[in-house]
Amino acid sequence: MKLLTRRKLTNHLALALSMAAMSFGLFWLIWILWTTFDLGVAGLSLDLFTKMTPPPGSSGGLLNAIVGSAIMVGLATLLGTPIGIFTGIYLAEYGRHTWLGKSTRFFNDILLSAPSIVIGLFVYAIYVAKVGKFSGFSGVLALALIVIPVVVSTTENMLRLVPNSLREAAFALGAPKRLVIMKVTLRASVAGVITGVLLAVARIAGETAPLLFTALSNQFWSLDLNEPMANLPVTIFKFAMSPFTDWQQLAWAGVFLITLGVLGLNIATRILFRQKHKL
Amino acid sequence: MNMNDMNEAICDVAAAPLETQIEFRDFDFHYGKFHALKNINLPIYRKNVTAFIGPSGCGKSTLLRTMNRMYDLYPEQKATGELLLDGKNLLGRDVDLNTLRAKVGMVFQKPTPFPMSIFENIAFGIRLHERLSKSAVEERVEWALRKAALWDEVKDILNRSGMSISGGQQQRLCIARAVAVKPEVLLLDEPTSALDPISTMRIEELIDELKGEFTIAIVTHNMQQAARISDFTAYMYLGEMIEFGVTDQVFIKPQKKQTEDYITGRFG
Amino acid sequence: MNSPDPSTRIRRNIGDLLFFNLTRAFAAFTLLLLAGIIVSLGIGSWESISKFGVGFLWSQQWNPPMDDFGALIPIYGTIVTSLIALVIAVPVSFGIALFLTELSPVWLRRPLGTAIELLAAIPSIVYGMWGLLVFAPLFAQYVQPFLAATIGQIPFIGALFSGPPLGIGLLTAGIILAIMIIPFIASVMRDVFAVTPDMLKESAYGVGGTTWEVVWNVVLPYTKVGVIGGIMLGLGRALGETMAVTFVIGNTNLISGISLYAPGNSITSTLANEFGEATPGLYTGALIELGLILFLITLTVLVFSKLLLMRLARKEGSQA
Repeated sequence: MKLLTRRKLTNHLALALSMAAMSFGLFWLIWILWTTFDLGVAGLSLDLFTKMTPPPGSSGGLLNAIVGSAIMVGLATLLGTPIGIFTGIYLAEYGRHTWLGKSTRFFNDILLSAPSIVIGLFVYAIYVAKVGKFSGFSGVLALALIVIPVVVSTTENMLRLVPNSLREAAFALGAPKRLVIMKVTLRASVAGVITGVLLAVARIAGETAPLLFTALSNQFWSLDLNEPMANLPVTIFKFAMSPFTDWQQLAWAGVFLITLGVLGLNIATRILFRQKHKL
Repeated sequence: MNMNDMNEAICDVAAAPLETQIEFRDFDFHYGKFHALKNINLPIYRKNVTAFIGPSGCGKSTLLRTMNRMYDLYPEQKATGELLLDGKNLLGRDVDLNTLRAKVGMVFQKPTPFPMSIFENIAFGIRLHERLSKSAVEERVEWALRKAALWDEVKDILNRSGMSISGGQQQRLCIARAVAVKPEVLLLDEPTSALDPISTMRIEELIDELKGEFTIAIVTHNMQQAARISDFTAYMYLGEMIEFGVTDQVFIKPQKKQTEDYITGRFG
Repeated sequence: MNSPDPSTRIRRNIGDLLFFNLTRAFAAFTLLLLAGIIVSLGIGSWESISKFGVGFLWSQQWNPPMDDFGALIPIYGTIVTSLIALVIAVPVSFGIALFLTELSPVWLRRPLGTAIELLAAIPSIVYGMWGLLVFAPLFAQYVQPFLAATIGQIPFIGALFSGPPLGIGLLTAGIILAIMIIPFIASVMRDVFAVTPDMLKESAYGVGGTTWEVVWNVVLPYTKVGVIGGIMLGLGRALGETMAVTFVIGNTNLISGISLYAPGNSITSTLANEFGEATPGLYTGALIELGLILFLITLTVLVFSKLLLMRLARKEGSQA
């Protein structure tokens, strides 16, 4: 029976290590969230939402960065979502087996995990370098390029979940294909598509790298999309890397806001998606 | 026995004069390389109920789905021969599928309510084919729901999701949706197989009422159902039409041994 | 039955055709983006490519005032930090996936799985900032001296853990990257473990296997391809990650030995730190070439990962 004892021991050891790994993963999550919460809440104040980013050594807020981020994220979502949805429709409803469908699907998956800093370089090369200056609009372009693959893949996956019988039922009524898609299949997967869009928003809300050489940042209030635009991530980057404590404190507050927003969006989409699918 | 003899024999037995609405002539069907329907010759008579029976995989659903060219959605499926609707071949490239499907409605095995309100479910099909005023659409929706014997149950909840009602109600909603377009032919593909006995009974009653106005073709795996509701019955086996005739005759005095074996439960 | 007049019919078909071509155009656009990225980076870095040639890949020079550039240091930093991240993240992710699929009580599976996925959603700038301001000081004060005193004394390997404990550097960057990619790898592993048919697992349990034996001898071989695909996906993330690395890698264009305590630079951190201030011309071109190299490396890794995951999906499909 010595063999059995050894097997059992190995098993217990492995299972203990597995539990240790789980705790290891959770340990970082809790530590990071706790720090962000602790230091972030300390930096919260009304000034944060009413004052501009300050020069070092004086007090201020993040108003221009918050607004700039909101504008760029909003426009990027508006720009990227329709492109993503139509591409997703093509992949699921027309191009399942076509050459274009297969290659687009393959490369979209790659684009989905491509380094975001490369997206920033791309926009720099095709737009910023040509126009000759950093601008909010180029930031919007870069973020939109990150939105597209996320929306494409969720739209396609959600459309594929729609049972074929529903499509057939709509065709059986004599509906042309575009109406079958727009009014029936897309509608049946609307919760999933919205989830995808919200996840894309959550993803770009915290993206820093693609903004570094597109929108850059702006210490002042500016709503002009042709000028460099203030935004939370790049401001946080600049402030956190600085030696000034009041800048670092603002950075913590900013990071807290972003984390809160991103996690909130993620949790909200999960709840939305689950409820819709219980129906 | 060739087609004409068969038709004459049938006309002799039938109570009213019969008019062929759909006719299969030397009809074959392939899924890729699989020969699913072999040399089918068959009439479907106007304003009568024709039932298709046979063991699973015999091709009865496939046959039904050729009549509105549902197979067109799948590139690997192909039909050859002739399939006439009111004397016009349906298999041609020039046939407008949307118009064809307005004329030949279909109800599926499982209820397929669209993700919209009960009202919109029915209005969807109407608006596809006709440009009607708001009140005319409302009238037509009510008419269709009454035809499907669903009006009294849903008239107060027309704005609720079509997916929120019971399975039996959903299936009647789908029948109402098909009827609302005012087709001439209704194809029912095992419409009660997913339903409980009470819902099944209501749908059978409904079919009985609808047959005065529509030509109905129904696929069923339930022989009693075929016997109860149909005027004509076709027995199929392995893609072939084994026997076709007046329902009472097929069930009481089948011409073929194979049919008899299936009906008496010795096989299948 | 009122059949529509021919004009309606034609309009309908045209509508369908237009819609089809609209969606197809968008799909083609998405496809072209990828090609566009490679081409535009190639054009943007042409000056640097034509001046330095292939030698760019192994030159240690990074001297903006002299317009002399080489990619060795950033490539070294990228590869070393990613490898450190994999060494830590792969076993941990495997343990997490094992826990989530086989060990966890059912009621805990969903919340724990969600927690791990949330870890993946946290923006990388949070990891970076936390790594620089919270983790690095503690790491320098407690962990680095400890490692130097223990593993650092072993011959050969010891050299990796020597030198002044700065807190920031290649090792720190690797650890932060590991924390970042654990959730990615763990969720892929969990998902591929879940595709193992229950019957296969039950038969293995049926002959008296322990949980560990079933996972190690049945589940893992069955899902091998998918597991590797998941690891590659994590590697792709690590190679291209910018913020988490830039904060803590130290940003030095020097290789001063093989110690992992040493500060360095990765492709992404070099880009993040220098691109904004680079003068147009050769300097910018060299930076864009770095981006191109990074993109080609990650592209290779991701294509490889995708092919492996597709192979697993096909296997699953053929068995269904």
